[in-house]
Amino acid sequence: MRIALFITCFNDTMFPETGKSVVRLLRRLGHEVDFPYAQTCCGQMHFNTGYRNEARGIARSFVETFAPYDAVVTPSGSCAAMVREQYPVLVGGAAPATAAGFAEAVGAVAPRVYELSEFLVDVLRVRDVGASFPHTVAYHPTCHSLRSLGVGDRPLRLLRAVRGLRLVALPRADECCGFGGTFAVKNAETSAAMGRDKAAAVLESGAQVLCAGDNSCLMHIGGVMSRQHAGVRVMHLADILASTGPHPELDTFPSGDLAAR
Amino acid sequence: MTSVQPYPRAVEPRPPEPTFLGMPPFPEAARTALSDAQLRANLRKATHTIRARRQAVVDELPDWERLRAAGAAIKDDVLAHLPRYLEQLEASVTAAGGTVHWARDADEANAIVVDIVRAHGVDEVVKIKSMATQEIDLNNALGRAGIAAWETDLAEMIVQLGHDLPSHLLVPAIHKNRREIRDVFVAEMGRVGRPAPAGLTERPADLAEAARLHLREKFLSAKVAISGGNFAVAETGTVCVVESEGNGRMCLTLPDVLVTVLGIEKLVPRWEDLEVFLQLLPRSSTGERMNPYTSMWTGVTDGDGPRHFHLVLLDNGRSDVLADPVGRQALRCIRCSACLNVCPVYERVGGHAYGSVYPGPIGAILTPQLRGLNQHDVDAQTASLPYASTLCGACFEACPVLIDIPQILTRQRAQLTDLGRGPAHHAEKAAMRAVDWAFGQPWRLGLAQHAASFSRHVVGRKGRIGKVPRLLGGPLGRWTAARDAPAPPSESFRSWHKRTAGGLEEP
Repeated sequence: MRIALFITCFNDTMFPETGKSVVRLLRRLGHEVDFPYAQTCCGQMHFNTGYRNEARGIARSFVETFAPYDAVVTPSGSCAAMVREQYPVLVGGAAPATAAGFAEAVGAVAPRVYELSEFLVDVLRVRDVGASFPHTVAYHPTCHSLRSLGVGDRPLRLLRAVRGLRLVALPRADECCGFGGTFAVKNAETSAAMGRDKAAAVLESGAQVLCAGDNSCLMHIGGVMSRQHAGVRVMHLADILASTGPHPELDTFPSGDLAAR
Repeated sequence: MTSVQPYPRAVEPRPPEPTFLGMPPFPEAARTALSDAQLRANLRKATHTIRARRQAVVDELPDWERLRAAGAAIKDDVLAHLPRYLEQLEASVTAAGGTVHWARDADEANAIVVDIVRAHGVDEVVKIKSMATQEIDLNNALGRAGIAAWETDLAEMIVQLGHDLPSHLLVPAIHKNRREIRDVFVAEMGRVGRPAPAGLTERPADLAEAARLHLREKFLSAKVAISGGNFAVAETGTVCVVESEGNGRMCLTLPDVLVTVLGIEKLVPRWEDLEVFLQLLPRSSTGERMNPYTSMWTGVTDGDGPRHFHLVLLDNGRSDVLADPVGRQALRCIRCSACLNVCPVYERVGGHAYGSVYPGPIGAILTPQLRGLNQHDVDAQTASLPYASTLCGACFEACPVLIDIPQILTRQRAQLTDLGRGPAHHAEKAAMRAVDWAFGQPWRLGLAQHAASFSRHVVGRKGRIGKVPRLLGGPLGRWTAARDAPAPPSESFRSWHKRTAGGLEEP
């Protein structure tokens, strides 16, 4: 099986550690993952903001880049959802001369794009990835992984198998954090109000670490909590699953139990 | 019946009712709403309560998903054959003794209703809660003609008495709490009829009793009632109104004349189609298995109910919505308000921020279409609505007729930008083009990443970026007003991967 990593432009630029975690995690599980350098972005920001023509060009190069692979794994629920759900929509608006070829390429590539937890559970069929993370963790299901992809409890199954990890429930977990891509700046006040409510739920949970499958949502929630000096870290699911021991810097924060009391 | 009228019908001329005209774009209106702590507390409590009730009654039906699919299919059939079903409805209503009128827009519909009321020589009417008559601003049209229109739905009456605007499809006074409602009753009831009882408390039962006494005067004196309709059955000519309070039924049975204003998309083909919608609607809207009052009437019946029935079929932009192959799903809407109740944006800002009688996610996709976004340029307020969403998808998940609201939102955003039907955002367009240029070639992205990494020395201390002055910052300023931002890392993933052969040659 030829596996490609789609890192996403956002992780590539802002959160390279998450990409390294995916590479190390899959290597530990016995799989080498290719990183095709021709990749850039899935086009989600353009599509969601209304720039469909630009998004279509980006989508064309995406399907070309990843066509040779049997599976494409990405540490982002919303980017996986963009490819699987919205590329067919972009096919609908393509110029007639090129529509057939584009449709065929999308039909071949899009179904083979997996968000990390889907790839681990459905393709590699693992649950225990050999990780160790002795800290208290809450999981936030990001909207696109929850409602577009339907990843269900796959991330939770993976987290429950991590040694030492104490999973706590996040109140009102299925409520959007308020990031929403360009919504975060176009409607900054509303976005921040939603983010503060999400941060309050995280504090209520008593977690030391908030985990999710999208660094974009985590950057938003983490940014709110950092401004509040809340003392709770955010970490991508990949970073926890790649971990093999305690993170000493987390000890500087009060444990979840103390915070809850 | 001789009705003694011990209370003034109106002691002073009523000012025009407020409208949404001139509302600022969504982000600005939302900012005002967000700063109202009482409003946010009221909304949070109300939406969370109704959300939980809806979920409980939806979860108990094993065939909920099939019901949703059936509801969508019936509405799609109506929309695909709308002219035929409308003519069938006209024939069946006429055969049952009713009169059918056709209105292309709000002005035509208002003129028809005013003429009917005048023909019966009265200067006041009672009204059943109706979105269609809100949409056409009928009350002000009647007011200009010297006709007083009394809202009889409890929440709608609170809004009307308080010179307020509706903020929810089903509970237009959702933004008010008990204390605020009591204050409105005490201050306003006496100016238009029977005053609130002395010493009125804010207990729900007392507030309901005050409303009952006040409204009873209106019911007993009104000769004309005006309603909307939840459904109209093409094959039988039956119109259906679904409600909780029974005030609607008072309007439907006591007055001599009934005028119903109905959006042309409200049809169902057959009587048995109601079976599907009478399960979908109450569970989705009030979280009840069955609503307390379901009234149905077919034309007029001697000795029972109104002696004259007029049905006004309203287009008002619906044909333009129907012309759009994706946006037309919005015409399946049965105004249940489930999408409002689950929407995280609505929960924070309330209904007024949407600047339309249709708030929340359905308003964000319906209002721009009714205002012509599928055909032509729109104003800044309208153009702000499709962006009033995080695309979280909670609305689509709750919609009883499977309207893919996120899909329509992104399509409308494309209409505003790609087709240029909204106000030009030159800076955003330039930024999107620049990002697109960077994404065109991997080396260009690498270059941009090097620039980002370098900037960390300027902006980021301790790995994060705090408040950036708004004037300096653009999007970064808007981001950091309430949130820290991470400083860019020293090396992109792509550089690391090249340098270390994917970590294999890591020192």
